[in-house]
Amino acid sequence: MTITLNEAIELITLEADMLDHSEFREWLKLYTADSLYAVPIDPDAKVEDLGKILNYAYDNAEMREKRVERLLGGRSISAAPPARTVRLLSRYRMLETGTESCTLRCAQLLTELRQGRERYYAADVTFRLKRTEDGLRINQKIVRLLTSTEALTAVSYIL
Amino acid sequence: MQDLPDPRSLVNADYADGSIYSNPELYDMEMDRIFMHNWIWVAHRSDLPEPGNFITTFVGPHPVIVSRDRKGDVHVMLNRCRHRGATVCERKSGTGASFVCPYHGWAYGLDGALRGVPYQEGYSGQLDKKKYPLVSLRVEEYNGLIFATFDKSIMSLDAWLGRAKPWIDLFMKQGAGWPVKTMGEHKFTFPGNWKIQLENTTDAYHFPIVHKSFLDSVDEETQNTFDFVGGKGFVEDLGHGHSVMVMIPELVDLDENLDAAIPERFLELAEELSKDYPPEKVRQIVRAVGGTGFNLNLFPNLACSMAFFRVLRPLSVNETEIRHIAIGMDGGPESANEARLRLHEHFQGPMGFGTPDDAEAWDRVQRGSLAGRDIAILLNRGLGHEAKREDGNLFSDVSAETGMRAAYRQWLAAMTDEMAAAETGV
Ligand code: FES
Ligand SMILES: [Fe+2]
Repeated sequence: MTITLNEAIELITLEADMLDHSEFREWLKLYTADSLYAVPIDPDAKVEDLGKILNYAYDNAEMREKRVERLLGGRSISAAPPARTVRLLSRYRMLETGTESCTLRCAQLLTELRQGRERYYAADVTFRLKRTEDGLRINQKIVRLLTSTEALTAVSYIL
Repeated sequence: MQDLPDPRSLVNADYADGSIYSNPELYDMEMDRIFMHNWIWVAHRSDLPEPGNFITTFVGPHPVIVSRDRKGDVHVMLNRCRHRGATVCERKSGTGASFVCPYHGWAYGLDGALRGVPYQEGYSGQLDKKKYPLVSLRVEEYNGLIFATFDKSIMSLDAWLGRAKPWIDLFMKQGAGWPVKTMGEHKFTFPGNWKIQLENTTDAYHFPIVHKSFLDSVDEETQNTFDFVGGKGFVEDLGHGHSVMVMIPELVDLDENLDAAIPERFLELAEELSKDYPPEKVRQIVRAVGGTGFNLNLFPNLACSMAFFRVLRPLSVNETEIRHIAIGMDGGPESANEARLRLHEHFQGPMGFGTPDDAEAWDRVQRGSLAGRDIAILLNRGLGHEAKREDGNLFSDVSAETGMRAAYRQWLAAMTDEMAAAETGV
């Protein structure tokens, strides 16, 4: 069966909710073993070229696990306590879909609160989702921040 | 006119007053006396390799264009139209033959010369174009590092860098025989004064404390490499506010110790490189990929920091922009440059495993130092065993605050216009 928009939205909304509620170990399981989580700087760079250029994050499974350990370990002063976040996903568009995988783009607006300061990050997020034995999983998540080429502030959480 | 703060009453040899991070009048003085009268780093040669290339950046608060003209000469010019002041270029980088002001169309060459003025007859012969080029700063270059200054009378860049030059040369060895090139940057701000970041570049003391979570994320061999506080490293005052902090003495000269074992984390890369390069070259490249074992602080705005350039720009008394510029081998193996990028992403930038924790510590300094009045910021660590080398350089152990004392000595000299006071021992 072709992956529907609703199925896809169900998974990425679950992901967003987990990230906002610090369920990071569970979050890791939403990804396939060969998956990529990236936050590029260059707004025009193609996904397949990201490995050759500098990004904010370019994480395989191992790096994602390290990122999660850092957030949960309590040994990082910028993440102890971690920033609280609320993210909204919207404006979903299925770019292509089939029985095995689909590519979905949406908007994300994230509000962060830490040390009494509220900050906002808007982003275009593109997901590639794959059907696996365990159900639909994330194979690729590319977070293109609206402000990626501007000066950011410390982002000690997962976008 | 209001009374200016007296810098002498705020900074001493081994302590400073907390208000140096938050006094807006002092900040205005710094923007003038330090950022208009010292050499300020603006670009690396590889940012504008070809004639016609340009970038836009800042010298202190002043927007500038750095361009390479047809003859290959580099110009640093205020990004300000001579007609009524509009910026003439808003692109971060590019290639072109001229800069045309968007407002009334005055056109300037790559060297800043005013070439064209639309409807010039409206000036009835009273506008001499030769008198209105873009305002040029003095520009000098050392080993690929391009600096500019408003001040036509200060010493040459060569003399200014002085004893820091051999360290710049060592730093550039991470090109592994190829020229060093920039490979993108992480740019972020933190809500604090620029000097807090300046201090941090030669602060080994914080590393095992602030960077615990980074150390947790690397293998044991790397953890040992970064376990340098209490080790054989040192901090050395190089004069003019410059200083070097050697954390990993074995990684000072990347062309030496080429027979040392390749660290485990680089074995895969070494194997990959072995397909194209002889063993000796593979070792040189791999050593270069790991970066140098030292941080070189060049007063006031550049650091050659282990494996990248750190550039600071004050935005206001309590806000600073930092750029961590990745570097690599121009023409070198792609796999090695990609390995460098992944290492850079791991520690640096707003989503790195190191930078956000640094930024948090600096943010805390800014907020904490507002508490109370007349309370000192201590800069005396390592003073008890500080000594002088034959060439006159002061040095102390790796976690000493010798580099900060060097920077503040220069700061005071610049702020009080006593440049000679900045010379140490020579
Ligand atoms: S302000 Fe530039 S042409 Fe008038
Ligand atoms: Fe640090």
